Amino acid sequence: MDVNDIIQPENKVYGKTPVLTDTEMHYCPGCSHGVVHKIIAEVIEDMGIQDKTIGISPVGCAVFAYNYLHIDWQQAAHGRAPAAATAVKRLYPDKYVFTYQGDGDLASIGTAEIMHACNRGENIVVIFINNAIYGMTGGQMAPTTLIGQVTATTPYGRVVELNGYPLRITELLAQLSGVCYVTRQAVHTPAAVRKAKKSIQKAFENSGQRKGLSFVEIVGTCNSGWKLSPVEANQWMVENMFPHYPLGDIKNEELGIKDWLKQ
Amino acid sequence: MKIVIKSFIMALKGAIAVNTERCKGCGVCVVQCPTGVIALNKNVNTKGYNYLYMANPVACTGCTNCATVCPDACITVYRVKI
Repeated sequence: MDVNDIIQPENKVYGKTPVLTDTEMHYCPGCSHGVVHKIIAEVIEDMGIQDKTIGISPVGCAVFAYNYLHIDWQQAAHGRAPAAATAVKRLYPDKYVFTYQGDGDLASIGTAEIMHACNRGENIVVIFINNAIYGMTGGQMAPTTLIGQVTATTPYGRVVELNGYPLRITELLAQLSGVCYVTRQAVHTPAAVRKAKKSIQKAFENSGQRKGLSFVEIVGTCNSGWKLSPVEANQWMVENMFPHYPLGDIKNEELGIKDWLKQ
Repeated sequence: MKIVIKSFIMALKGAIAVNTERCKGCGVCVVQCPTGVIALNKNVNTKGYNYLYMANPVACTGCTNCATVCPDACITVYRVKI
């Protein structure tokens, strides 16, 4: 059977979802952001909530996320996406509101906002992309940079005495009572992508059921910042990032916040 | 305890269509292909990237691995049962 006979509309099993726009993404080749955008778009399509979803885009590489998904967006100041999401969700309680933040945005300048949004238990979804570096500004050290990792501002590697320890903010936020679901995923293999998609879907479902804040961390790559090829960056992530940032569910509260308060 | 092994022979044949202008030639799909179908082309698209193509189309099973990991959503997968 010839390839042209197989490539027919009735045989299509997988393709670009219409929630993604036709705009070509500005991300570097092999960047994890593209995969995460794609799975968010697929979840929105599967749940049929395209007209009910509002995204809050951050400052960082994903600042242009509003060009790539056919949903309503609001761009927030650096680190303040959870505060903007709180306002949007309280004004439109029937909408699905999510923020999309990187580690420089969420774990550094926006720590106060995410802490208090989590503590208040806002019914929003937070997608947190952790690539251990400030990607957009040229690969400087982030709070999540690993010990010994070479960046533009730590040319001899991150030193504990000078720069402190890598911040595991996901474990930190899991302690807060307002958070119902905390998980850490990756998107380097097809199996990991499918698991991450399920996690994001569960997070959006929690938001619809008003269970509290759902927090999904995606351990991603920044091959430009790490000075590696896309495939080598995925291998480096498996070897170095996963021991410090282990994948899996950290908190999965089946009860809603109101049920929890009754106990 | 009785173990029932269901064996069935079903051949799947697949093919991919690549949006070559959208492809950035990152190659993360090439290492994920279980049957070694895809490779990066020697030719480049208008942006100068070596785009993806089916180097060995007969081996494709339409498993969608390549399209799942593609960061730019430039792969469409087709599959038929024979």
